[in-house]
Formats: sequence, structure tokens, C-alpha cells
Amino acid sequence: MSFNNLDQLYRQVIMDHYKNPRNKGALEGDHLTVDMNNPTCGDRIQLQLQVEDGIVQDAKFDGEGCSISMSSASMMTQAIKGKSVEEAVKMSHVFSDIMQGKEISEEMEEELGDIQALQGVSKFPARIKCATLSWKAMEKGVDEKE
Amino acid sequence: MDINQVRKQFPILDQEVNGHPLVYLDSAATSQKPQSVIEALDEYYRGYNSNVHRGVHTLGTRATDGYEGAREKVRRFINASSTEEVIFTRGTTTSINTVAYSYGRNNLQEGDEIVITPMEHHSNIIPWQQTAKATGATLKYIPLQEDGTISLEDAKETITDKTKIVAMMHVSNVLGSINPTKEIGEIAHANGAVMLVDGAQSAPHMRIDVQDLNCDFFAFSGHKMGGPTGIGVLYGKKSLLKDMEPVEFGGEMIDFVGLYESTWKELPWKFEGGTPIIAGAIGMGAAIDFLEEVGLDEIEAHEKRLAQYAMDRLQTIEGVTIYGPKDRAGLITFNLDDVHPHDVATVLDAEGIAVRAGHHCAQPLMKWLNVSATARASFYVYNTEEDIDAFVDGLKKTKEFFGDVF
Repeated sequence: MSFNNLDQLYRQVIMDHYKNPRNKGALEGDHLTVDMNNPTCGDRIQLQLQVEDGIVQDAKFDGEGCSISMSSASMMTQAIKGKSVEEAVKMSHVFSDIMQGKEISEEMEEELGDIQALQGVSKFPARIKCATLSWKAMEKGVDEKE
Repeated sequence: MDINQVRKQFPILDQEVNGHPLVYLDSAATSQKPQSVIEALDEYYRGYNSNVHRGVHTLGTRATDGYEGAREKVRRFINASSTEEVIFTRGTTTSINTVAYSYGRNNLQEGDEIVITPMEHHSNIIPWQQTAKATGATLKYIPLQEDGTISLEDAKETITDKTKIVAMMHVSNVLGSINPTKEIGEIAHANGAVMLVDGAQSAPHMRIDVQDLNCDFFAFSGHKMGGPTGIGVLYGKKSLLKDMEPVEFGGEMIDFVGLYESTWKELPWKFEGGTPIIAGAIGMGAAIDFLEEVGLDEIEAHEKRLAQYAMDRLQTIEGVTIYGPKDRAGLITFNLDDVHPHDVATVLDAEGIAVRAGHHCAQPLMKWLNVSATARASFYVYNTEEDIDAFVDGLKKTKEFFGDVF
């Protein structure tokens, strides 16, 4: 392994989301809150979702963690806003597939946008849980809502 | 101590990781194993694998001799007065839990106190939380000084005549500090309490004399001192152990079994229910032989030298924060600027350098340090100044790498 792989892991877009996280903070009004942590490493996230008529109207997160977990949360909240709950959960499954190094459809690639930058994580098994933390929180949240 | 000779005894070190020679700086999590330990396990399984204490046959006798011989090695290693005081367990966690259950739950009641510190490993916190809940006793903490050390004055304030158990780590797995457990044990005894010392991070690295420490219980693990995983020791004073009830009941630990009542074997076997960890104990015995051959005093001096060298070198990197006191055992917990410790550990790993990142099973201490996680480099008998040079260079690269993006 070399710095080449590291460059792939920490692509510009990831560091941008880490440095300037989107949707960081707390929601006002009616929303649901999910807390999740990764007990082995101490990363923690609080995710807030505003779901109306089966659509994710708004999403914000707060938390502490490494560049991978925080940038992933930033991208995730961006991606699911305006999506239906089913679409969001489907995206989460596709994201898990990417983490396991599986190929995904072109259509989905377009849908995911920035998130594809996290593809490099699949080469670092110890870091996959960092990337999936916020997605798992989202799935838990919408599951409880239903 | 000839470091090159020592390193040759550890076959795992001779490999490349991610295209670089392996630099293993995670021995506080688990140590590497010398050839002699690997061979002892191999010999046991190939040559005399058998159950202990019951076989009339030859292999059974050899296995029993190996297992009980390892107990005698442990006794000598910690200078216990008798092998009756040496109980084999699964590790430090099981050792502490055994005391918390067997001694704690039967000797504590509402109004009593258990005293520990905020720097403890989770394995020396949660058993006491549970014991406090089960008995109605109160769990109290000796506060930490600003540099993470413990003052005897604070210990005297916290430990009262209501205190029944004081439990404390000997060496901190995060701060590297060496706690004055002997002096605190005296305070405990003056108040009528018993003293448990968590020796997971001390027994592998320095000479231990439980009689000199005068502790009532001492817990440690084999895998952090060159031995296999799954084996550890609970030392306890015979005067206490003899009145304590076993925690696990079943085969091996019984004297007589009736339909409704049974009696237990004598010490130490009444605490070793089920087929014991035979290979593990034999492997741990081989690890003790290895450490004694190199010399515990030599090992301690070597690691302290490495720690001081690493401290000096790390201080040349701007943005490095080191946690814990200057005078320390062979480990350094740190953070690098705003780079998260996981990211530090990932970049170092790409250079073949293994360090730990996370909360080190010490969440209350992380909170006290006001950090969510830290990185840690820990040293053992086989580490060299070259390892530390590689580590420092790796950190500089980490800083450059993330410096570009921040």
C-alpha cells in the first residue's frame, strides 16, 4: 500500500465535506432524533430527520469522529433530502454494497454523486464502519418512525 | 540486553506490511510472542495434549505437570508465597470479575464503599458498578491531579472507614503513569479495606512482588507479556481466597458431589471450574521463562529509555499533544493537531506502523482528558529507537498529508 491508496481514501471531496460539513447542527420543529455510536472507536453521531408523508424533508447531524465518518454523514444528509424513505433506505443498501467493493449500476452512480468518493474506503476494512455509521443511524431512524 | 538477539526471537516482526518493514507499536493491546512460546504450544499439542488432574495415563501426568509447573512459574514471577494463591483465569477481566462477584457481592452491603479512579480500564470500572448496584454499596472515585497522577492526600480523603474495596490499575494504559499502589494499599488497609491491583500493564514490563506491594488481589493477562490469549492470573491472599465462594461451578472444582449438596476442592482449584486453559498456562509459563531470561529490570529500563526518546522526538513536531506525566512507562498517548486519531492510525498503517486509535477502553478518562479519542504508541522488549524514528517520520508525513487538505 502506498500514499496512492491513501489519496484515494482521502480524496479532495471527502476532505472538503470534513472541513465544511453540510447540514451540521440541529433541526427545529417536528423531527425525530437518532443517536448512534461506534463503541470500538468512540465515534458518535446524532442524526435528526424531518419526515413528512414518507419524504425526508430535512436532515441534520452533529457528532464527533474521524474524517471518514463525519464526511460520510455530511454527504448522506445531502443525498437523502427530498428522497422518499424507501429511496433513502435503498441508497443505504447500495452504499453498503459499495463498501463491500461491489459494482453498482450507472444509474445509481449518478444518484449518489459525491458519495462515490468514499469508494476508496472499501480497501480499508477497518474503516468501513466509520463510513456506514450515519447511514445506519438513518435506517434506524426511519425504521423507528414506521 | 542484545536487542538484535531479542528481535530474532519474535518471528512475526520479520515481515513487511503495506510494503514497509513492520513497526509494531501496539503491545499494550497485545504483545507479540517469542518463538519459545509458540514452540511450547506446539509441543504440548503434538506431544502431550491431555486433560489434567484425572488421567492415570502418562500423557495426563505430563499435561498435569506442565500445567502445575506453569503455576509455580507464575508464583515465582510475582513472588506469591504459595501456589494456592495463583488462580488461572481467562485474563485480567475475568480475574477482576471473580473478585467483584465472589468477594464483592458477599462482603458488601448498603453504606459500604468501593473506591476506584477515573483512569481505570473499563474492566476495572464496570464490575464495580455492577457490584455496587447489586449490594447497594457506593462507588467512589479518587480524583486525578492535573497531570493525570493520583495524590496520596486525595486517596486519604476518599478512602474512609466505610470503604471495603479499593481497586486501581498499577500502570495506566493511556497515561503511562505508574500509580503508588503500595502506598494506597496501606491507606486501604488502615481503613479495613482490601486492595486490588490491576496489573495488566505492569506485570509484563516490570518486576512484580505481590508480598512487597502487600496487595490483597493482583490481576494480569498472559497475552500482554508474550503469552497466548485466553490465559491470565488472579493472585489473592490465601487468608481471603479460602473463605471466598467459587464463581463457576462444574467439573474439576469439586471435592464431593451429592444430589443436593456438593463441596469444593481446596485452593486454587476451587476457582478453576471446567477443563482449565492447559495450553494457555503452559504458553504463559514459557513467556515467563523468556522474560526472566532477558531480565525484568532490563526490560523496564529499555522501555523507559524508549519512552523518553520518543517523548523528546515527538516534541520536535509542532501540533503533537502528549497525555500523561513525563515520568512514565513505555507508552505514549497523543493527538496530532486536528487530525482525528483514526486518520493518524490509517496513514501510519500505510507506512507499516501499527498504533492504536480510539478510547482505549477508558471512556471516563477520555472524558476527563476532554477528547473523544486518542492515538497510542506502546513499546515492548523488541522495540528499537529505529522503530521510534520510523514512527516520528510517519507522523511528519501524516501532518504533511493532512496539512495539504486542511
